[in-house]
Formats: sequence, C-alpha cells, structure tokens
Amino acid sequence: MQVPAPFEYERATSVDQAIGLLERLGSSARLVAGGHSLLPMMKLRLANFEYLIDINPLHAELGYIKIQTDEVRIGALTRHRELLESDDLAGAFPIFRDAERVIADPVVRNRGTLGGSLCQADPSEDLSAVCTTLDASCVIRGPRGERVVSMEEFHVGPYETAVGDDEILIEVRLPRRPGHGSAYEKVERRAGDWAVVSSGAAVWLADGKIVDARVGLAAVGPNTTGIPEISDTLRGNTPSEELFEQAGAIAARSCDPNTDQRGSADYKRHLADELTRRTLRKAVERARS
Amino acid sequence: MQVTMTVNDVEVTREIEGRLLLVHFLRDVLSLTGTHWGCDTSNCGTCVVWLDGEPVKSCTVLAAMAGGHEVRTVEGLAKGGELDPIQEGFRQCHGLQCGFCTPGMMMTCRALLDKNPDPTDGEIREAISGQICRCTGYATIVRSVRWAAVHEAAVTQ
Repeated sequence: MQVPAPFEYERATSVDQAIGLLERLGSSARLVAGGHSLLPMMKLRLANFEYLIDINPLHAELGYIKIQTDEVRIGALTRHRELLESDDLAGAFPIFRDAERVIADPVVRNRGTLGGSLCQADPSEDLSAVCTTLDASCVIRGPRGERVVSMEEFHVGPYETAVGDDEILIEVRLPRRPGHGSAYEKVERRAGDWAVVSSGAAVWLADGKIVDARVGLAAVGPNTTGIPEISDTLRGNTPSEELFEQAGAIAARSCDPNTDQRGSADYKRHLADELTRRTLRKAVERARS
Repeated sequence: MQVTMTVNDVEVTREIEGRLLLVHFLRDVLSLTGTHWGCDTSNCGTCVVWLDGEPVKSCTVLAAMAGGHEVRTVEGLAKGGELDPIQEGFRQCHGLQCGFCTPGMMMTCRALLDKNPDPTDGEIREAISGQICRCTGYATIVRSVRWAAVHEAAVTQ
C-alpha cells in the first residue's frame, strides 16, 4: 500500500488565511489543490511535508475564467475540466481546448487545476507549454502583497518555481491581441500519458502578415521552452510552408531532449520539428478563419 | 483529526489520520469494499467514486478533502433493491469478466449518461480512457453502456 508519510491536514478558508498559515509554517507546509501530482510524489517519498494546506475550499474564490477585451484572467484553482469546457476560452485561445483534450484523462481532469499544473513545473507539463506559448504572466500573492512574473521568471527549473514558501499563485493572465490563432499537438504513448514531445503555437496576423508568433515546447528540456528565434524568424513575414519548415528546424536544433523510455533524443527532435510545423499551420488557419 | 462526510446519502463521522486516502477510508474504515484499490497512482481508475457528483480517483484524494462533501460509491448505485440501468447493462452485455475494473467503470459511465444520455461509442471510450480493464473487455463495456442508454431512453419515453 502506498500512503504518504504522516502530516497535519489544514483546510484553507481564504487566500489570506492560507498565506498566514504558510507564513507561520514555512517550508514544512505545502499547498494541495487537485493533488494528482503532489500526492503520488508524497506516496513515493519524493516529497515530504509536515503540513498540507488544502486549498480546494477556495474554488469559489480562485476558480474562474474572465474574458476581457485586452486579456483573459484565469483563477489558479480552475480545474482542467472547466478549462476544457469553456467555449469562451476556446474562442479566445483555441490552444487551451486542444491541450486540455490530451491532458491526463476525464476523471483526473475533474480534479487537476491550472495553478497546480504550473506550480508542479514538470518539464513535460502541457499547460506550462500553453502558458509559455501565450506569453502568460502569473500573479503571486504573499504577505507583502501581489507580484506579477512572466512564465520565464515563474519556472526557475524543473519542479521549481518563483513562488516563495509563504506565497500562493492566484491567477494567470493571458494578453489578448487581434488576429489570433493558436493550436496544440502532443505525441503520447497511450491516452492520457505525459508527452513524448508536445508543441504549442500562437500567431497574431494583420493584413495577411505575421505580427507576432510564439512556439512553446514541452518534454524537450529542463523547462517548457519558448523559442525567441522562432518568433524573430516568423515576424513580419507572410505565412508559408517554407516559413513553417524554418521554424520547425529551429525548434529541432534549439531544444534539448534526453533519450529515455519515451524515445530517443533524435526522435524527439524530429517530433519538435514536425509538431512545430503542424501547430503553426493550424494556428494560421485558425487566425484566418 | 475528525472528518464528517455523506457517503451514499448517509452522514458518517470518523477519527482519521490526515494522510488517509479516500479509497482506504471507504474500504477499511466504512467496509465499503465495492470500491476497488488498484494502481495507487491515478492511472487505472478502478477506485473511481463520485465526489459531489463528479467521478474522482479515490486513491489520489485524501479522505480529509472529502470532509463536508458528498461521496457516492458503487454500493450507492442501486435504488430500493433495483439495479441501476448501468449495472443491468453490464449484466446483460457481459460488461465484466474478472470484475476488478467494474465499480470504477460503472461510476464513470453513470456520470457520463447523466450528462450525455445518448453517447456514441467514441464518447464512451473517451469517458473511460483513464480506466484500465485488465481483461481488455472494452468492447463489451461500451456495449453495456449503450444498453443502459437505450434502455433509459425507452423508459423515459
């Protein structure tokens, strides 16, 4: 039987009360939301905490999708199922529905949250790649107030984020610009598995030309990776197959995959190339329609 | 710590350890052994129960998290001695072989039919994509769920 080592269970009643608990308990405490990454790690003793603070009771406060003209704001406790089912979110950023369809399975999606996914900071994690692709920023609250960090700043390293011991990720903000299209593709060994490689692409078109484009890859390096060189190559150009090929080639040589049981590094580079091309193609199609 | 929750419409209060998982609370504390305990890693889905009406993998939910909430297990599917149509479908269409995955499958598929009373085979397969039948009897599971859907539609007409 796998069970976590003993810990004290605390239940959050508000964000501020949770921060108060974290301030008092320091690194011996950890927030738990959906728990589908943290609890398995605790069962395997890869993570041990003296206190778990259950923030599921804060869903009414931190579970929301607010579509505004200039940005979308998503509460950290918004569950995968809610992200998948939101037509408004799919309308603003089609990449979310693409990704949510292939994250874990429907039952796990009933529990897992956006904030939990980002805070787990697994290099293979899909929503981190989505948020990197969309140039998201993360709102972190602590005893000294709120701060907003970019995805690059948020992910310090594998399983490591900018969120301090007494802080909580409360919201993700995604900037909206006109002419947007986006897409996500993942290659996995079986339904609901972690990615062998996945790619997200987002483009913003005006007058038939690419004003901006971003690609985010998962499972090909220590963090989900945004690739600035791809953006530089695509900006100002008219979308074409040749351009997507260039972007794919950059993705393949810029990423840093490891050979493991999911595939060889060469195979993963091939996937980074192919999936970058496919998602860019689809993102452009969507931006035009 | 003390936890109080509603399990199959009955309120229960027990003294538990914070680390106790919901699956073990149901099986070992309440003796509701219909919920099975499988992979322990939220992959196999045999431990699926409902938490406030939504299927969850109870090996990855703390019993304490269910405090104040409603849990339904496979023991709570039949009403007044009458099998739920999902249960009857599994019986009619040979939806179980060894039976290990069956409680989880039925809980997930009952929730599916509540949301989508006429699912396609593809939608049923998507719904159970996080659950493993070690006998690989997926075709008959899909058939069982379709049986329940058709049967329920006939009853409500």
